[in-house]
Amino acid sequence: MTRREWLLSDAPASRGQARWGQSYRTWLALKSNRLAMVGLWIVIILILIAVFAPVLSPYDPVEGIGGLRGARLEPPSWEHPFGTDDLSRDILSRVIHGSRITLLVVLLVAVIATPIGLAVGTASGYFGGWVDVMLMRITDIFMAFPRLILALAFASALGPGIENAIIAIAITAWPPYARLARAETLTIRDTDYINATRLQGASSLRILWGHVTPLCLSSAVVRVTLDMAGIILIAAGLGFLGLGAQPPQPEWGAMIAGGRRFIIDQWWVATMPGLAIFIVALGFNLLGDGLRDVLDPKARK
Amino acid sequence: MTDTGSNPSEGRASALPSFLWKAFKLLLTVAVTFLGLLLVTFLISHVISVDPVLALVGDRASKATYDKMFIEMGLDRPLYEQFWIYIQKVLSGDFGNSFLTKKPVWDDIARAFPATLELATLSIIIGTAFGIPLGIISAVKAGKPIDQFVRIIGLIGYSAPIFWLGLLGLLVFYAKLDWISGPGRIDIAYEYSISPGTGMLLVDSALQGQWEAFRNAFSHIILPASLLGYNAMAYIARMTRSFMLTELQQEYITTARVKGVPEWRIIWVHTLRNAAVPLVTVIAFSYGGLLEGSVLTETVFAWPGLGLYLTNSLQVADMNAVLGGTLVIGAIFVGLNLLSDLLYNVLDPRVRRQEGKS
Repeated sequence: MTRREWLLSDAPASRGQARWGQSYRTWLALKSNRLAMVGLWIVIILILIAVFAPVLSPYDPVEGIGGLRGARLEPPSWEHPFGTDDLSRDILSRVIHGSRITLLVVLLVAVIATPIGLAVGTASGYFGGWVDVMLMRITDIFMAFPRLILALAFASALGPGIENAIIAIAITAWPPYARLARAETLTIRDTDYINATRLQGASSLRILWGHVTPLCLSSAVVRVTLDMAGIILIAAGLGFLGLGAQPPQPEWGAMIAGGRRFIIDQWWVATMPGLAIFIVALGFNLLGDGLRDVLDPKARK
Repeated sequence: MTDTGSNPSEGRASALPSFLWKAFKLLLTVAVTFLGLLLVTFLISHVISVDPVLALVGDRASKATYDKMFIEMGLDRPLYEQFWIYIQKVLSGDFGNSFLTKKPVWDDIARAFPATLELATLSIIIGTAFGIPLGIISAVKAGKPIDQFVRIIGLIGYSAPIFWLGLLGLLVFYAKLDWISGPGRIDIAYEYSISPGTGMLLVDSALQGQWEAFRNAFSHIILPASLLGYNAMAYIARMTRSFMLTELQQEYITTARVKGVPEWRIIWVHTLRNAAVPLVTVIAFSYGGLLEGSVLTETVFAWPGLGLYLTNSLQVADMNAVLGGTLVIGAIFVGLNLLSDLLYNVLDPRVRRQEGKS
């Protein structure tokens, strides 16, 4: 039996085989979606660039070349494929290093917001009643602000800086995950295996953490992937408005703000980092779109 | 949104009380949500803010001045009392004074609002005018190249940072091609020739018959409105496509086809009429989304609306103005969502919204 046959077997002999088989089928479906694969490649390349940034970038991202006036505002050339900015810094090197900030923001927001959303949503769905009403009211209130606006208000109260921007974005990101986790919990709350666990004397906390949350995790992960492009755009927006990463950090949104003054005559300063944001956000959107088609059969028409 | 569990046993007689009950519940929800909005802005301003007193008196103020201000701002009282005072103030339209303009924040917002309203309205018109036909075409030709094309156009709209598109647009259409006017709402030459009316320059100049000024204002608004409209279009087209696909699978469409109704009529009359119900709510919802996009767009285009006011205040950490703006935008957002819910209920008689819908 080849590995492929083992994976696609109709009658899996073990739980592991069934899981692997399911994942493999998902992968096959995703692989057949060309746009999703383009998205996946963009994300993989972004990760590689971020990991190997110091090796890949030809110049220092913060120090100007030959002093501040050495190579100021030079147009794209073989030496500087993306040109240089007003402080004589190589824009390509800054864009490469900026990928690290973008990835950091996306990962940290996901790591902070997903557990909050899961905790609120599963508790809300599992306990029902007043707990549910209270938690869902709070969730609704957070969803009552446009996300960027709320993030702006939080970021400006916390003060500028990349850490505060991450916190502000995470605060605005969790409500949809809570809604999702609640809906999932409602469907599994009264199933036999949860009842069986309850009859065995498991505490609510144990049921929530050990049995309900793992089941909500996969759909939450898909939802987070779908959201990543949005998170990147909000982070870039905060950076553009001066609330995210502070200079001289090579954050893409802040780089666009820095190049704004030169847009007419030195277009490359603002254009190149914007292109990076666009490609990365497009990658996450393509991947998320494909994932949704594969994992959510309702959306597949 | 589209679950339509109609209940035939619920007769006409009970329709009115249930409607009133629903309206009451809706009002209660809205009131609680508004209170929540206030609580959020209150917490931001009173709890997590860096010292609000210091921001006002400056770091060179003496201890006595600081303490006096501390008490004057009511910061020595318990939090719930502060919150109560805050609610009373906001409800009476007192958002405090702006640190930047030295004027009451409420007046500033009232002055900036028409500019944002004008921009958002033109954007939603553009977004709807392009989004619905594109969505219909891609639903009818689902899976064909044109469907893929529309999908990619939409994905680009979702992925490009709007402030970056704005800068590129200014570079290409203003600096290089000179097709449009630059940042701002209108050239200075026309600025005082239009007497104030609605505050929306396109409307005012048209009403006063000043077509020169109208053309000038239009050449300023068209690029930011198109960019914002593009964002709305991506969403509207995607939703139109999915609603149309749902409707096209219904049996009444098959019946119409069997009867020999021409295909164009099936699509543009029969299907669209039913898809229009959820679409109205989508449009109302994306109108709220435009408020978000307008913050960044107005900044790029120096458009003197709510968004620019907010970002200008952000730069100097003018929290009264920031939170006033946030609150107003939040309130409009809630209002629009409420409106879209109401429209859905009014337009679709089948809708019996279920308890605990999530």
